[in-house]
Amino acid sequence: MATSDIEIAEHSLQHHFADMDQQKDASTFGMWLFLVTEIMFFGGLFCAYLVYRATYYQAFVAGSQTMNIWLGATNTAVLICSSLSMALGVRCAQIGKTKMMVVLLLITIVFGFGFLGIKGVEYHEHWINHQFPGPNFQFEGAEAGGVNPQNVQIYFSLYWAMTGLHALHMIIGIGLVTWIVIAGARGAYSPDYYSPVENVGLYWHFVDLVWIYLFPLLYLISKKHGG
Amino acid sequence: MATAVQTTVETDNYLNNGYGLKSWLLTKDHKRIAILYLISITAMFFVGGFFAMLIRLELLTPAGDLVSSDTYNKLFTMHGISMIFFFLIPSVPAVLGNFLIPLMIGAKDLAFPRLNLASWYIYMIGAIFALVSMISGGVDTGWTFYTPFSTTYSNTHVIGAALGIFIAGFASIFTGLNFIVTIHRMRAPGMTWTRLPLFCWSNYAASIIMVLGTPVVAITILLVALERLFHIGVFNPALGGDPLLFQHLFWFYSHPAVYIMILPGMGVISEIVTCFSRKRVFGYEFVALASIAIAVLGFLVWAHHMFVAGISVYAALVFSLLSYLVAIPSAVKVFNWTATLYKGSIRYDTPMLYAFGFIGLFTVGGLTGVFLASLGVDVHVTDTYFVVAHFHYVMVGGMVLAYMAGLHFWWPKITGRMYPEGWAKLSALLVFVGFNLTFFPQFILGYMGMPRRYHAYPPEFQVLNVLSTAGSSVLAVGYVLPMIYFLWSLRYGKPAGPNPWNAVGLEWMTPSPPPTHNFDETPVVTWEAYDYEHQPEEEVRVGH
Amino acid sequence: MVLTGVTVFASFIELGDWNIVLALTIASIKATLVVLFFMHLYYSSKLTKVTMIAAVFFLFLLLALSMTDYLTRGWLTNPGR
Repeated sequence: MATSDIEIAEHSLQHHFADMDQQKDASTFGMWLFLVTEIMFFGGLFCAYLVYRATYYQAFVAGSQTMNIWLGATNTAVLICSSLSMALGVRCAQIGKTKMMVVLLLITIVFGFGFLGIKGVEYHEHWINHQFPGPNFQFEGAEAGGVNPQNVQIYFSLYWAMTGLHALHMIIGIGLVTWIVIAGARGAYSPDYYSPVENVGLYWHFVDLVWIYLFPLLYLISKKHGG
Repeated sequence: MATAVQTTVETDNYLNNGYGLKSWLLTKDHKRIAILYLISITAMFFVGGFFAMLIRLELLTPAGDLVSSDTYNKLFTMHGISMIFFFLIPSVPAVLGNFLIPLMIGAKDLAFPRLNLASWYIYMIGAIFALVSMISGGVDTGWTFYTPFSTTYSNTHVIGAALGIFIAGFASIFTGLNFIVTIHRMRAPGMTWTRLPLFCWSNYAASIIMVLGTPVVAITILLVALERLFHIGVFNPALGGDPLLFQHLFWFYSHPAVYIMILPGMGVISEIVTCFSRKRVFGYEFVALASIAIAVLGFLVWAHHMFVAGISVYAALVFSLLSYLVAIPSAVKVFNWTATLYKGSIRYDTPMLYAFGFIGLFTVGGLTGVFLASLGVDVHVTDTYFVVAHFHYVMVGGMVLAYMAGLHFWWPKITGRMYPEGWAKLSALLVFVGFNLTFFPQFILGYMGMPRRYHAYPPEFQVLNVLSTAGSSVLAVGYVLPMIYFLWSLRYGKPAGPNPWNAVGLEWMTPSPPPTHNFDETPVVTWEAYDYEHQPEEEVRVGH
Repeated sequence: MVLTGVTVFASFIELGDWNIVLALTIASIKATLVVLFFMHLYYSSKLTKVTMIAAVFFLFLLLALSMTDYLTRGWLTNPGR
């Protein structure tokens, strides 16, 4: 199915736009605006985090000791690499190298699953150690550390809420990239029309950004940690 | 000199372009989506009105005899939720904004038509969640969902209602996002920012608030639901949480939310005042910038809802000062409207009557807001009927009147029919009289100390409460009448031409009702906004 | 770009005793790089840049103004006196 690039673009022009440029401008701006809402959405959780960390610092230190720094750091690396493959994939779309684009997007998906897998391992650890907030919450060593286990529970509430919301966004992101891969493999994109690829890329980078902040805030709180 | 835009066939419009449920439910036409919203929010308005009626009936007598206190808690909660989240916040943006913004800027549709339709479906799903919670027993936390009552101690359907609001919030976000992109990227050639109708400026400012604020309340409500489900302690003091954190996060959105409600209404008033005085808006740039100023300053004042909640007095000082500041751009607008009226050639059609009502009542409401910004006064009247009267003056005396004004003003454009002027003027009068009779006594009641959210009160407050209930029945008639005559006008109303008011604006250059694609050819704008000096008096606009 | 990713990542391995300010600074540098170059904000229109700055600004408002409450609660030791 050899559709020319121009034909692809014309086919994708929606009727209420004057030309492709306007459509691309509008759709990219729309995605940026959506990311603004996401910033404020996560922002509420960051606000809660800031307030409680200021109030219960010791409890937060104790809670973050249980985090596995190495798994967290690996995940950070995984995400940054996935952002790289995503950015390169968008670049390929821009210059029309469809096959390379599909490959890079598939790599991105693999990294995404890698992240989720590592996160799953961490979650499992926390779960079997009764570190999920609720009636079954237990935190040993609290009295020795001089912290109130209730406050540690707040740390964990925020941990699960923030990383959980982030993981949910990752899953949605993987779904979006999968859609782009399938459409791209069918030849839906060209150098004249690749804004869906770019917009999914923006979303993906945003999810990476959130993690870039989550990692130091949740994992790297105290000066001394066992690692 | 303004030129009209001609279309092919007079009867080929968005209403008769395809019949059948599917053509409406799967439409991408912003005008049809506006009508869908009109139907839904009218329904929610009457749901909220129903609860209001029960509240006022209970308050006829000092004893709590009509309903139990638990039921009363549910009544005012559900009144607040339906009115605020499902009527006021969408009203002008989703109905009038959706319909008019593309027309006013010379575009064929909004930037993202499918997102627009999705936003309506999301709104409906949210509304259904909320309605189901109401029907299956209700919620009694107050529309403000304060913790730890809402998270731990309430035995009602908090999660259902909270989810309904959470979902409806996304409808609001998508509408706002759509408007911002549309106004930035889809203006017709020559439609510069300084020629943009003030209605667009106001909706743009409101959309900024929608996009920045709504996500915060969304995550907050989600946390409340999570706390209820998993018994985590984020907002529960018994578990180390801080209930004030909930209030900070909640009001960070909910205060700007009141500006989401009022800004589009102010935009409507700007359009009407200029048309019915046949004069440019005085100080166009100031009114436009005041809209943006209200949007930005509105984000800086939220803790004035928490003065007596336990925040630090230094924070209270800061927020009190900021709250005084936010009154300034609103006052600028009122002064500019008044100056527009000065030496104008004023016509007293129904939209203008509502606009007059707005200017007066919004001023009263706004000034009482300034009283509340003062820490000393607020400590005395907070959680009394003074506050209730204040926000009803701005939201009902202000916003609902603006919405009615807009509906009447643009009804001929939307439906191609005129409403009956005599009945409309009567309804406007009933609304104005009924409203004041309902809510002015509440200022006095609050100042004398009657607390809000109580179903019983000391007997010395009865006379004023009876007055208030009597007023509410007059108000109710004033609301039901338009329902009747608007529906009547759809079939029997006088057909309206493209520009029955002789107004200036791109939307008046299309036929009434407009065709699906709005404009045959993209208009090129060469005149300034509100160019009434050059607007001829005759109604017929022909030519190309 | 690859170098950026690797170098910044490597710095984390040694982040043993560093406090939060440094960690957040590094995070912010990484974030800025991602936003500017992976997300092409550097090459984007002024409107987009203003939009992003506005988002960060309003988030800052949320955090800062809320903290005015929490940080000053302890200041008044004897209320009413």
